[in-house]
Amino acid sequence: MQSFRTLTSNALPLDRVNVDTDQIIPKQFLKRIERTGYGEFLFFDWRQNPAFELNNPRYKGAQILLTAKNFGCGSSREHAAWALSDYGFRCVIAPSFADIFHSNAGKNGILLVTLPEDQMQLLLDRAAKSDGYSLTVSLEDQTVTDTQGFSASFTIDPFRRYCLLEGLDDIGLTLRHADELDEFEQHHEAAFWVAPKPYAAKTSQERANA
Amino acid sequence: MAEKPRTLFEKVWESHLVAEPANEPALLYVDLHLVHEVTSPQAFEGLRLAGRKLRRPNRTVATIDHNVPTTLEGRVNIQDAIAAKQIDTLRKNCAEFGVTLYDIESAEQGIVHVIGPELGITKPGMTIVCGDSHTSTHGAFGALAFGIGTSEVEHVMATQCLPQSRPKTFRIAVEGELPEGVTAKDVALGIIGRIGTDGATGYVIEYAGSAIRSLSMEGRMTVCNMSIEAGARAGMIAPDETTFAYLKAREFSPTGEDWDKAIAEWRKLASDPGAKYDRELVIPAIELAPYVTWGTSPGMVIPVTDVIPDPAATKSDADRRGFERALEYMALTPGTLIEEVAIDRVFIGSCTNSRIEDLRAAARVVVGHHVNPKVRAMVVPGSQRVKAQAESEGLDHIFRAAGFEWREPGCSMCLGMNPDILSPGERCASTSNRNFEGRQGRGGRTHLVSPMMAAAAAITGHFTDVRTWEFRKEEVLA
Repeated sequence: MQSFRTLTSNALPLDRVNVDTDQIIPKQFLKRIERTGYGEFLFFDWRQNPAFELNNPRYKGAQILLTAKNFGCGSSREHAAWALSDYGFRCVIAPSFADIFHSNAGKNGILLVTLPEDQMQLLLDRAAKSDGYSLTVSLEDQTVTDTQGFSASFTIDPFRRYCLLEGLDDIGLTLRHADELDEFEQHHEAAFWVAPKPYAAKTSQERANA
Repeated sequence: MAEKPRTLFEKVWESHLVAEPANEPALLYVDLHLVHEVTSPQAFEGLRLAGRKLRRPNRTVATIDHNVPTTLEGRVNIQDAIAAKQIDTLRKNCAEFGVTLYDIESAEQGIVHVIGPELGITKPGMTIVCGDSHTSTHGAFGALAFGIGTSEVEHVMATQCLPQSRPKTFRIAVEGELPEGVTAKDVALGIIGRIGTDGATGYVIEYAGSAIRSLSMEGRMTVCNMSIEAGARAGMIAPDETTFAYLKAREFSPTGEDWDKAIAEWRKLASDPGAKYDRELVIPAIELAPYVTWGTSPGMVIPVTDVIPDPAATKSDADRRGFERALEYMALTPGTLIEEVAIDRVFIGSCTNSRIEDLRAAARVVVGHHVNPKVRAMVVPGSQRVKAQAESEGLDHIFRAAGFEWREPGCSMCLGMNPDILSPGERCASTSNRNFEGRQGRGGRTHLVSPMMAAAAAITGHFTDVRTWEFRKEEVLA
């Protein structure tokens, strides 16, 4: 995973509440079995409208997405994080995020920054009004600053921060606890009132013959 | 000294902690991992690339539900080559990694959140995950069940556990008797209407109160299913006699002495008296009505007797703009009675409302009536088992005689990843869970309702208060 330390980039304002993952990446693109190549389908339906922010050349190359509350709600599809990342977004700033999207973003090196509504509105307005509006997001300092005097600090779960700073792979981290896992599993299987049975599937034909 | 009273959630959480490293999320053991074709291929590929195995194949079960066509012809030869490849990839992956797959022609195939419970694979006290946000459904059994992303799917495959920050707890009690015509779906929509689609973000909901206790397992699954639509990753209901009666003698339920031991353990799961929650809400059942969503978020919901609300009533500018966008997308005008809104399509199905009780409720409304000539209506049972049960009760005859299409099991029109989709501009009364823009097909307009409300709308051609319905008794069974 790519590590995240400090990013300076122009910012794209998407001033909509409750942006759900069906909008971020519509279902027809979930049939693919690859993990890459979703960027061109990001916000696919909304992009059909020429006035949609992603079609505005002013925001070309933006790596920071500014948006409103409850971003990423709905479906658990990690394709939403893959699409944002593949398109080039490395940071999303909003007043709040949905839970599952929050963890999916983290697994893909996307930093989610939570700022209060009033600060968010200021950033959205500035990004919409000033050409080439740019922000600097520092995960090391936990700050968001612009060149017009805006400066805000944000909080983030210390472990999530550490993983993003170091670009750490989760499975590797968990396997540090392999011994505890073995021990837990033995004890859990023994004490658990129902050990798992093998789940055998039968076809209708096999069932008819049985 | 007495032990500290604990909630249902705390009991399940604490009994699955593998490790609690300092300054890191806890490692939570996963008892059951459900897998489907859409969110798993990249996870299996990740295992292959890293040279990893599946740690516990016997705690992993797969089925095919999202992409599968719901007509017999369509299933034999899947026309969508990309969907067919994804399905085939799941077959190959399950064979390679030793995972049981309930394939399309299997007698147990169905929507993953329908088959887990009906086979008795889902059990109280378990931790259950799946790369699907509606995994919250399984919480109806007193399991801690939540949706995960594909990286987490790979993580569970490799380690059988997940790093998880401890969520907060939110008790929602619905007290009293549900009025006639007010169903589990209306309980869920009523809750979301009150707390909003981000109202429970960061929480696990425990549903309680006499109205919840009085629900069947099917109804409880409907309520827990929609937890994610209120922002909660998981919803839970304490197991009780209703739960045990449902689970008894299912394929993967324990038997004999094991059953007695299991019941004894499951009885201990209910929250202790005096257990503390981070947040609590009580809703009198009498305040609930049959609901219809009018907008593009499940929180945009009104009782069937209301008018489309005015954006002026919203709290903030951002909300007002969202509201206006929704009205425009849905082509609705404030002040219109929702009952006057005509529909083109009806979908009865999805992991929210495709179980036998849902079909019985819809059939009760339909019997003796006929689908409005302007409406195309379909019923998609949640699983092969549900379909077979419904057919043995003659429900398929009732639906077909009334002009409904009777389909093969799958996710169908809930998310339009298969041939069942809305055309642009079509308006649908749907028993599914999301009314997002384009969810059921680009430009499609979705209104979420209960199975009874969907059935009534199919007959009259517009939203209709099922509390005023003329239930007919005539015998239409062959």
